[in-house]
Amino acid sequence: MLLKDLILPNGTPVDTSSPASSSSLLNRLQLDDDLDGETRDLFVTVDDPKKHVSTMETYITYRVCTKTSRTEFDLPEYLVRRRYQDFDWLRNKLEESQPTHLIPPLPEKFVMKGVVDRFSEEFVETRRKALDKFLKRVADHPVLSFNEHFNAFLSAKDLNKRQGLALLTKMGESVKFVTGGYKPRARPAEFAAMGDYLDLFTPKLGTIDRIAQRIIKEQSEFLMELREYGPVYSSWSSFEEDLHDPLEGVSGCVSNCSSALEELTEDMSEDFLPVLREYVLYIESMKNVLKKRDQVQAEYETKLEAVVFREDKKTPVPTDVEKCQDRVECFNADLKADWDRWENNKRQDFRHLLTGMADKNIQYYEKCLAAWESLIPLLQDKQEAEGETS
Amino acid sequence: MADSGSEDIAVIGNTDLTPSESENNLKNTMAEKGTSLLKMMEISVAEAEKRTGKNAVNMQETYTVYLIETRPVDAASEGTNPVPDSLWRRYSEFELLRNYLLVTYPFLVVPPLPEKRAEFVWHKLSADNMDPDFVERRRVGLENFLLRVASHPDLSSDKIFYSFLTEENGWKETVFETGFQAKADSRLKALNATFRVKNPDKRFAEMKHYGDELQSVISQLLRVRARAADRLYGVYKVHGNYGRVFSEWSAIEKEMGDGLQSAGHHMDAYAASVDDILEEEEHYADQLKEYLFYADALRAVCRKHELTQYELEMAAQDLTSKKQQREELATGMIRTFSLKGMTSKLFGQETPEQREAKLKMLETQIEEGEELVKERNAECEEFVKSAWVDIERFKEQKDHDLREALISYAIMQISMCKKGIQVWNNAKECFSKM
Repeated sequence: MLLKDLILPNGTPVDTSSPASSSSLLNRLQLDDDLDGETRDLFVTVDDPKKHVSTMETYITYRVCTKTSRTEFDLPEYLVRRRYQDFDWLRNKLEESQPTHLIPPLPEKFVMKGVVDRFSEEFVETRRKALDKFLKRVADHPVLSFNEHFNAFLSAKDLNKRQGLALLTKMGESVKFVTGGYKPRARPAEFAAMGDYLDLFTPKLGTIDRIAQRIIKEQSEFLMELREYGPVYSSWSSFEEDLHDPLEGVSGCVSNCSSALEELTEDMSEDFLPVLREYVLYIESMKNVLKKRDQVQAEYETKLEAVVFREDKKTPVPTDVEKCQDRVECFNADLKADWDRWENNKRQDFRHLLTGMADKNIQYYEKCLAAWESLIPLLQDKQEAEGETS
Repeated sequence: MADSGSEDIAVIGNTDLTPSESENNLKNTMAEKGTSLLKMMEISVAEAEKRTGKNAVNMQETYTVYLIETRPVDAASEGTNPVPDSLWRRYSEFELLRNYLLVTYPFLVVPPLPEKRAEFVWHKLSADNMDPDFVERRRVGLENFLLRVASHPDLSSDKIFYSFLTEENGWKETVFETGFQAKADSRLKALNATFRVKNPDKRFAEMKHYGDELQSVISQLLRVRARAADRLYGVYKVHGNYGRVFSEWSAIEKEMGDGLQSAGHHMDAYAASVDDILEEEEHYADQLKEYLFYADALRAVCRKHELTQYELEMAAQDLTSKKQQREELATGMIRTFSLKGMTSKLFGQETPEQREAKLKMLETQIEEGEELVKERNAECEEFVKSAWVDIERFKEQKDHDLREALISYAIMQISMCKKGIQVWNNAKECFSKM
């Protein structure tokens, strides 16, 4: 689908003259994240973690599989191995080269050695899921997915990270976005609203994280008691005759419930908490992008004011002020589109996260229910059981 | 213990009976073995009340009294439904009754009282005796005690028990008049003494060991259960925090708000549900506690048997040694070393008259000794017979009751799981609407 052939839903042809409007248009059209297979032409997955041991270090690599029909790629399929460092490199490159866009977060870089086992199955799996999500979010982004660093990440046999330097000089302009030092101006209402929302949302996330952790802790302590509780029934059964089977049954039941509880706490640790933490990182990114936008706006307004105060009104507005204006509009459009996309993702992600939490709890109770229900006939079965066991 | 037979035998079902005559009826019918009081009479501990009064050292104290209500069974079936007879008793009077029963029927496994002080509590429950929940559970426990005694084939026909239920005033004096206190002191001494039985009855030794093990395992179970209850309480209550944060969060959301808000309510409901769950579990704990204390009663019976056996052995030993002395004296041969024998050897033999006198005394002692051994032997046999019957009865009761307790525990757990599933399904529905 070529941009110039696009028609808006209301029938008017698309104005593709300015870059800002075309990217925002694409975003508007592809806002629904439930893309059907037809419109999506880039699929990325992260799987198959493997441990590498060398003389210098031990690290994990992940397999990145890409399937695409895009012409920007030489081949329709790619299989490469990447380590966390590479993902980190990619994210930095994206932030540098696409400063007007919100870059999805990576799972945390540093883990305290000794506290967390970097090579445990659970940790590696949790990280893999987060890396997979990261790449999928980039792949689904109408602008980021066309980024050449992303392309290189997915396709290059050897990720020559110094490659970035050459590209950087070409993108010299974008570096200027990062320059600061201009007096900050009032945010337009819609961006102020975004900032306010993020400030209110962040502590909520923190609270939910703390609650979830506390629940896991209490559940773990409850589990510890259960693990002691069940066996007492077993030792009781050892000196009973008629009550032997019922007591053994109760012991087994408690043991089943313990296993179910252990699964629940593990799942919550592995699936629930990391996603919450990811959103905290996402919000940090978003706040930074807002600040960058503020800087670009400040630069423009400062320069504009300088011009306005000139006495000679006849000379036209200098081109660099015009460029600033373009930058502001571009940034605002990109950010607005990314914000909408982010809000949508956030809603889906949290819906998924919380229904997942509910599901895990339901499964836990269903397992316990099954265990206790199957015990009832055993408990009630008196004479028959005695006859069978003798 | 049957009543002394001074009462007249009256006919059951004669509605023209005077109050004293119908009382006699009750007692005489109960005198028949196997007819427990409970078949004749409804008993309940209906209420508990706080009282203040002066105690033995003339100090002000607050205590709880319990209302015991009794009503003849046939009165209810006749449709008249009269007001039940009732009187108030405090815990110490129940204790007095039980001590009396323990002393008077040492061969029976006497039902236990509910605990004096709350033990094995988890943190939310107050260990305070004045706490209304504790008082309520104690009321149920006391009723249970009375029903157990009243349905026991032997205990139910006891006069003191009957008057405990029916005579408000002067009951204490009646109990003390039986002179059980003296027996109580010697019983306590005997139970705490250490002695070794030469030929222990294997069955009783096994039973005592069983009692020890039962007591130990139930204590452990109650302790761990209380700790687990504490933890479970924490798990549920922390979920209540979700309710609050979801509510606050929903205020800053547009489309997600409603789903979050209603999910929050369900989290609150979940947190609140634990109170009922744990209260029900207390009932299970009480059932276990009863058998914890029953184990003690069982051990007491075994201990009493040991004592009886020991006393028999002592008497037999004494008799044997007396017989030996007689033989020595008669034949002049000293078989066993004795100081007297040595001194007589050293300081000369006894005169024939002295020997004659000694022999005569020994003969009397031997006669008495043989009587004693016969008595003690009969006692022992009687004790073993009665005790073993009651132990068998107790075993069956225990197996039945504990099985029932486990079943109701499982049912409780099932109910808890179902509630959990329901709440989380409700929450899930709300989340899916976010």
